[in-house]
Amino acid sequence: MDKIKTIIQKEWAEVFKNRMVLFSIIFMPLIFAVIPLVMLGVFNQTGGAEDMTGEMPAQFMNMCPEGLSGGECFQVYMVSQFTLLFMMLPLIIPINIAAYSIVGEKTTHSLEPLLATPITTAELLIGKTLAAAIPAIVATLGGFLIYAVGAFILVDNPLVVRSLLDPMWLLAVLLVGPLLAILSVNFAILVSSRVNDPRVAEQLSAVVIVPLLVVFFGQISGLFFINSRFILLAGLILVAIDFIMIQVGVRLFQRETILTRWK
Amino acid sequence: MIKTEKLTKKFGAITAVESLDLEIREGEVFGFLGPNGAGKTTTVRMLTSLIGPSSGTAMVNGFQVGKQDQNIRRSVGILTETPGMYDNLSAQRNLEIYAHLYEVKDIPGVIDHYLRLFGLWERRQDEAGTFSKGMRQKLAIARALLHEPRIVFLDEPTAGLDPEASRLVRDAILELKKQGRTIFLCTHNLDEADRLCDRIGVFKTRLVVMDTPERLRSQLFGRKVVFHLKSSDERLAQTVAQLPFVREARSLDNRLLVTLDNPDEHNPDIVRILVGAGADIQFVGELRHSLEEVYLQLVRNID
Repeated sequence: MDKIKTIIQKEWAEVFKNRMVLFSIIFMPLIFAVIPLVMLGVFNQTGGAEDMTGEMPAQFMNMCPEGLSGGECFQVYMVSQFTLLFMMLPLIIPINIAAYSIVGEKTTHSLEPLLATPITTAELLIGKTLAAAIPAIVATLGGFLIYAVGAFILVDNPLVVRSLLDPMWLLAVLLVGPLLAILSVNFAILVSSRVNDPRVAEQLSAVVIVPLLVVFFGQISGLFFINSRFILLAGLILVAIDFIMIQVGVRLFQRETILTRWK
Repeated sequence: MIKTEKLTKKFGAITAVESLDLEIREGEVFGFLGPNGAGKTTTVRMLTSLIGPSSGTAMVNGFQVGKQDQNIRRSVGILTETPGMYDNLSAQRNLEIYAHLYEVKDIPGVIDHYLRLFGLWERRQDEAGTFSKGMRQKLAIARALLHEPRIVFLDEPTAGLDPEASRLVRDAILELKKQGRTIFLCTHNLDEADRLCDRIGVFKTRLVVMDTPERLRSQLFGRKVVFHLKSSDERLAQTVAQLPFVREARSLDNRLLVTLDNPDEHNPDIVRILVGAGADIQFVGELRHSLEEVYLQLVRNID
C-alpha cells in the first residue's frame, strides 16, 4: 500500500508541476459546468425554449416528467446532453496523464531504476492508474457540483431541477464516470507500456472515447435514450471490463520486453 | 556473493550472453570490461532481476535469479547506464521516492547521510534537472545505496563525466569498497578499472578472461624490467637473453629491456650479472603495460 501511495505522490508531484496539465484538468469540467448553466440562464430570461420543442426528438417528449411544460421539457433535454458529457470527462481528462505514465518513464530513462526496486507490477500499475484517475474524477465531480448548485440557483421550477439532477444522472456521474475513468486510464497505460513515443500513446489512447461518443450521438439524434436501466447495465459491464483490463494490463506489462524492446 | 553457471541470454536468434560462468567474492570490486554491444548491460540486467535468463543459473546474495527476484531487488543497488532521475523533482524528493520503494526505515536519516556524503546537501532542494552530469551521477549512486545493499552494480559510472566529476565518482566507489561492499563495475574506462578493481573480466558475449589486472598483464606480456645503464652495450642484452628465466632482452638507447615472469626473484641475479659484465647501472624500474594494452590485445584475439 505504501508503494502505491509513493507512486501516486510521485506522479502528482511531477504532473502538477506542469501548470498546463493542471489547467487542462480544471478547465474542461469548468466549461462543461458553465455552458449548461448559461443555457439555463438564457432559457429563464427569454422563455424562448417554448418555441423550440419541435427540435426535440418525439421519444424524449414522451419520456418528459409530468407537470413540465414543453419549454421546460426542452430545457431538460438540452441540458441533459451536458450531463452526458460529465460522464465523458473522466474518460478524457486522465488520458494524457496515463498515456505518458509509462512511455514518459521510458523516454526519461527512469523506468529501469524504478523497475529495479522491489515494487510489484500490480503496485506500479495500480499507483499509476489511481494517480491519473483520481484527479479526473475529482475534477469531474467538482464540475458537476458547480453545475448542480448553479441549476438550483438559476431554475425556478423544482420539478425541472429534479429532472436535471435525476438519480439516474447522479448514478451516471458518480458510478459510471469513475468506472469509465479507470477503463480509460488502464487502456492508456496499456498503450503507454507498448509504444515508444508519448504522442503515439496519446493518439492511440484516445480511441477509448469512441464508444461513449456513439452513446452521446445516439442520444442526441434520438436513436436511443439513456435511462436508469441503461446506466445500471453500463455500470455492471464496466465493472467487469475494468476488472479484466487490470488483469490484462498486469499480464501484458512484461518488464523484460518493455526494457529491451525500446531504445 | 554472485555466482553464475552457464548463464545465457538470447533475444530471438541473437545471443547476447553465452554460457557465462562467474564467481564474485564478498567485498570484491569486479570490473566487467567489453566493447559496446558485448552484453554487459544485459548481464547486469539479469543479475539485478530486471530480465530473466534464457538458460543457466545465477545466484545473487544467496537468491536465485528468476525465482527470488523480489529478494534480489531488495538486496542489490543499481546505477543504470543513464541516471534516470525525475528531473523536475528536487534531489531530496528523488531520494525520498526511492527510499519508500526500497522500504528504508529511517528515511530522513539515510537521505541526509548520502546527500552529505556525496556533497549534495546544499543543493538538496534544487531540481535534479538543474544538476551537472557529475552531480546527477552522484545522486544516482546515492539512490542505489539508500537501502544499504551489500552488492552494488555500477553501469558506466563515469561515462561522459569531466575529470573532476569522474574523480568524485571514483572516490565514492573507493569509499564503498572500504565499507566492504561487493561492486560489479561495468566500464569502458580501463584506467578506472585498473585503479579500482580487484579482478577484471573481459567479456564479449562470453567471458574471454578473468583475473587480476596484474596477472593479466603478466600472462599476456610477461613483466618488463628496465635497466637504465650509463652507456649502452648490445653484448649485455645478448648475455641476459641467454639466462633461462628471461623471455626476451633487448637494448634500446641506454636502456636494457628485459621480459621475465618473476622479476621479484630474478632481478637481483640480472643486476649481479650485469655488474659482473662491467655495466654501470643507474637505476632499475618496471615497465607496466597499461590495462588498455592488455584489453586491446585480448579483444583483438577474440576478433
